[in-house]
Amino acid sequence: MAVTRFLLNDRQISTAQPPGLLVLDYLRHHQRQPGTKEGCKEGDCGACTVLIGELDGEVVCYRPVTSCLMPIGELEGRHLVTIEGLNLPELTPVQQAIVDQGASQCGFCTPGIVVSLTGLLMAADARVDRTTVKQALSGHLCRCTGYRSLKVAGDVAAAAVGKRTGVEALVADGRLPAYFLDAPARLRQIHSDSAAEEGAAAAAVVNVADDGTHPAMIIAGGTDLYVQRGDDVPDAEVEVLNLASEMRQLMRGIERWDGHLRVGALTTFEEFGEHPEVQRWIPEIADYMFLIASWQIRNRATLGGNVINASPIGDMTVLLLALQSQLVLRRGDTDRTVPMGSFYRGYKVLDKAPDEILTNILIPDVDAQTRIGWEKVSKRKCLDIATVNCAGRIRVEDDRVVEAGLAVGGVAPIPLELTATRDHLLGQPIDRSTIEGALAVAQTEIAPISDVRGSADYKRLLTRQLMVALFTGMFPDQLSVVEFIGPVPGASAA
Amino acid sequence: MKHLDAAAHTRGESAYVDDVRPPTGMLYAQVFPSPVPHGEILALDVEAARNAPGVVAVLTAADIPGENQIGPIIRDEPLLAEDEVHFAGQPVAVVVAERPEQARKARRHIQIKIHEKPAITDPRQAFSAGEIIDQPQTFEIGDVDSVWANCDVIVEGSCDIGGQEHVYLETQRARAEPLEGHHLRIASSTQSPTAVQKTVAAILELPSHAVEVDVKRLGGGFGGKEDQATAWSCLAALAAHHTGQPVELVLDRADDVLMTGKRHPYLSDFKLGLSQDGDILAYEAWHYQNSGAAADLSTPVRDRTLFHSTNAYRVPNARLMAVCCRTNLPPNTAFRGFGGPQGMFVIESALAKAAETMGVPRETLQRKNLLQDGDVFPYGQRAEAARAVATWDAAVSDFDLPAIGDRVAAFNREAGALRRGFSVMPICFGISFTATHLNQASALVHIYTDGSVSVSTGGVEMGQGLSTNMASIAARAFGIRPTRIKVESTNTTRTANMSASAASAQTLLNGNATLLAVGQIVERLKRHVATKLGDANPSNVEIVDEQVLLDGSETGWTWERLVLTAYFDRIGLSAHGFFRTPDVWFDPQRRKGRPFAYHVYGTAITEVTVDCLRGTYEVDAVRIVHDMGRPINETVDLGQVEGGLAQGLGWMTMEDLRYSAEGKILSGALATYKVPDVYFMPDDLEVKFLADADNPLGPFHSKAVGEPPLMYGIGVFFALRQAMRAFHGRDVAFDAPLTPERVLMALHGDRVTELHRQAGLSAADVSAADVPVLVD
Repeated sequence: MAVTRFLLNDRQISTAQPPGLLVLDYLRHHQRQPGTKEGCKEGDCGACTVLIGELDGEVVCYRPVTSCLMPIGELEGRHLVTIEGLNLPELTPVQQAIVDQGASQCGFCTPGIVVSLTGLLMAADARVDRTTVKQALSGHLCRCTGYRSLKVAGDVAAAAVGKRTGVEALVADGRLPAYFLDAPARLRQIHSDSAAEEGAAAAAVVNVADDGTHPAMIIAGGTDLYVQRGDDVPDAEVEVLNLASEMRQLMRGIERWDGHLRVGALTTFEEFGEHPEVQRWIPEIADYMFLIASWQIRNRATLGGNVINASPIGDMTVLLLALQSQLVLRRGDTDRTVPMGSFYRGYKVLDKAPDEILTNILIPDVDAQTRIGWEKVSKRKCLDIATVNCAGRIRVEDDRVVEAGLAVGGVAPIPLELTATRDHLLGQPIDRSTIEGALAVAQTEIAPISDVRGSADYKRLLTRQLMVALFTGMFPDQLSVVEFIGPVPGASAA
Repeated sequence: MKHLDAAAHTRGESAYVDDVRPPTGMLYAQVFPSPVPHGEILALDVEAARNAPGVVAVLTAADIPGENQIGPIIRDEPLLAEDEVHFAGQPVAVVVAERPEQARKARRHIQIKIHEKPAITDPRQAFSAGEIIDQPQTFEIGDVDSVWANCDVIVEGSCDIGGQEHVYLETQRARAEPLEGHHLRIASSTQSPTAVQKTVAAILELPSHAVEVDVKRLGGGFGGKEDQATAWSCLAALAAHHTGQPVELVLDRADDVLMTGKRHPYLSDFKLGLSQDGDILAYEAWHYQNSGAAADLSTPVRDRTLFHSTNAYRVPNARLMAVCCRTNLPPNTAFRGFGGPQGMFVIESALAKAAETMGVPRETLQRKNLLQDGDVFPYGQRAEAARAVATWDAAVSDFDLPAIGDRVAAFNREAGALRRGFSVMPICFGISFTATHLNQASALVHIYTDGSVSVSTGGVEMGQGLSTNMASIAARAFGIRPTRIKVESTNTTRTANMSASAASAQTLLNGNATLLAVGQIVERLKRHVATKLGDANPSNVEIVDEQVLLDGSETGWTWERLVLTAYFDRIGLSAHGFFRTPDVWFDPQRRKGRPFAYHVYGTAITEVTVDCLRGTYEVDAVRIVHDMGRPINETVDLGQVEGGLAQGLGWMTMEDLRYSAEGKILSGALATYKVPDVYFMPDDLEVKFLADADNPLGPFHSKAVGEPPLMYGIGVFFALRQAMRAFHGRDVAFDAPLTPERVLMALHGDRVTELHRQAGLSAADVSAADVPVLVD
């Protein structure tokens, strides 16, 4: 049986528990570390937040994640830090600030919040201000306080630490346990031990069972898989992709490559949004990220997982689809490239063989004439699943649309590329009449249904409104929102 | 003083029920729920589950030795379904296994055959079908019928008010341990230890003294664990009784949302009559409460709707009717405000409609009709120390309402797709259990010989800071440091016959009981030390900052010396205090009385911005002047106001509790049921406590604070509505929550027909697409 080796706070662990076992269950039931709480087991409340430390050169980078959506197999060679691992004899600045500000009432959400705020301070060059404090709180639900006191506590803790952020400074100042200083060397030791044992296995990308009776689950981030099939994963034969080991390098990284931006399928949302090339490609990516999941989830959810999960409302999927991305699928050592627009065949039906693995996503180059936009509306603005989302990539030359990609989510069984709407746009000038025409064509392509996220009619209307937002956002000089939101000619006032 | 538990909370060291190290041999239970909302059970086969790995027992109604009944007021709710099921999620069986995951897997093997019957989810439909619980209740004052003719303006309308899931972060849980002599000890996450004790005893046919219930703390309750915590303790106890082993039962989030009741949805009608000057002359309201499948606490919730149907307004003539309608949803229950918010929402809606009809600002009508001292509520109580006007005027001047109005109007003149709106929301909330007999509490106080103090009361710590308040009160009353005080768990062996921790009344009740207990010991200590100081007059002795003073001068006696010498002199260092709220009564036949010890007042001003392209919105600011009396712990009290507001804002906006027409929950997870997060709550949030607000009945002049602030959240609905009307000038239905869907459909719903035409849809296509489906 495979053994998973990692650090849990100051202890080295070697466990033969199934790799699909949730980190949360492992902590509470197997390690009796009850400070990590279970609030929802679907990544929405953040009560189970822990830090995952990963070697990055000479140092270990720590990121908060929700332990309720993470398999322990993924801990291999990493440092798992729980609330118990942050405690010192006296309260830390984060803990003290929460106490002083009255930012803990029932206390159930509190340990997770302490973990996230501490994680914020643990980056050496951390930008700590109200914006990042709110980002650190964004994946946490507190039903007691109303958040003001928590925000202030974050401000106060940040002020107490000042510029002395980062593991070394925090340890030196007595604000973080000293064992953190040994973590890089201990993780390197685990890596070299593992590499020596793995040997030949590193050549294969993945092992996929094909006997049909006991299908392997392939976990990239697992942030939706555990929500959908949480009870089944621990018993299943799982293949955890998102490991630190060398064999995954093929599926990592972001680089310019042959007229494309190559994005490794295991790139996390957070890595994607933070990458300078991506920010150059998609100037407003940070604004989009604000509306996608939470800090903890973005630290684990992968672009590849989002694409393969094939949710009709995947936020990143819809963006990649509009960007006219291509998918690189590997079987053995053979690659095949598929346009994303033809990848989705039906609800969760993909143009992919069971033993093919998505290794990379290729986003075609953009130039100065290309505009990119993305829109999303959900019941709650942040950390919510879209009711409808949409994205566009439009290139205009000599006042005419010469290339277009449009995608919309939440209105069909698949992430939907709007091909007829695209065709309508091609060759046309960007003006009100073109766009009104495009909006009408889009209505023929979508087929929303009513569910808890909204009625079919609402989704139709929202598709129109978001496409208006998309076009007016991409072409503010040619289009004005107010032209599109006036009274409907001939309609009765409801 | 800071929250007593906060330091341990931040270290992850506070123990909730299942954080305590499991006793040897502990088993884990999971509940098998009814898969359908209504039907007759034809067959139940648990054999396969019984034989599943690790399973020790599968228990059904037949295994209950005592009575299969958990209804707290009306006896209409079985612990486990017998012949029929009345809501999807109703417990039918409980699986007990060696590991929690074994119990979860085993319950999949239970087979149930149900002859399904039609389900009712709409309270009006239930009412028409005669499906009501108890009788309709009516409050009346004045002579409504004869006054309508004198009204210059009469408006009528309807409200559709959504329910609300509690989302206590800690889901329902309990652990039951068998003791000698078939006795049981139960650790429960309940607001009502006595209810758990009594019900477990009845289920197992034991005397109450055989069941010890202990509650250390709750990871949030908000009313959701007032009555609805009982079933899970009963099931754990039943399993412990049968297996002879300790049993833990923790509902995961999905089970919790599926199986437990929530804030009651209401459908209400109103009719409001005013003079041309804007004085309210007459008001009628009809409330159809969606009670769910069993009574639970629906009848007192209904009554509080009536008590608060006129909010903070003087209504000389009123007829208020409310009825509990039985539907096939989980039994709805207490939730912060307890029916009051629904009653208030309706009269606020009526005032909005009247203002629009009369062409005057809503605030003009609100301000003109605020309660004054001497005004009589429809239930006969006279307003005393009314602070509706004081808090309103303070909010208007401190937060400069005229400037807000100007700012909003200026913004809206050149806003593109954005519109702003604001509202003023006054509240008036009565403090006391409306069932008068519940207004009692007791406290047990010990001093140990080292001077440390133990305080036990019947109040439950659920995050609201009750323990902190008890420690503050005891420390102040003794004249010692709060760090000497330990507030114990809430335990039925130390405190008998507790009322639930509810009705915002815990500091009032348990704080006063603590004061009475402390007072007895202090009297004994004063007599003791007076003797030692040469027959001094005990009434000239004081304990201040741990020092004994005589006639205001130091005696050299410290607290520790005082306690130790008293012990050697055989002075009792323990006392039991019992408090009953004075001068409260209510005659349920006449529906008149003085049910409340006092009222809490306050006023909130809310500002919002609506994106009229996308139908989304932001809460820009909420500013509140709140009547806190004299706060005991400002930090704790402020947390109650802000947290209550957040829940109220959520209830009015995004908290969209949805069931299918067949009665199955659609918003059954935190992925589909959203509550406010850090980005939703405004950075611009300010709470001021009204100055010079005394309250003789409250411990140290404090006022209750748990529930009232939730109702400030109602203001956001009217601010959003104002912004929407600034965009299109049309009516907006009084349907809450005002989700982004409702906003967009209200702003641009008239475009949908055009979209259907563009899409080439037939009428049949449209209706086929409109049946909601479950999503994953």
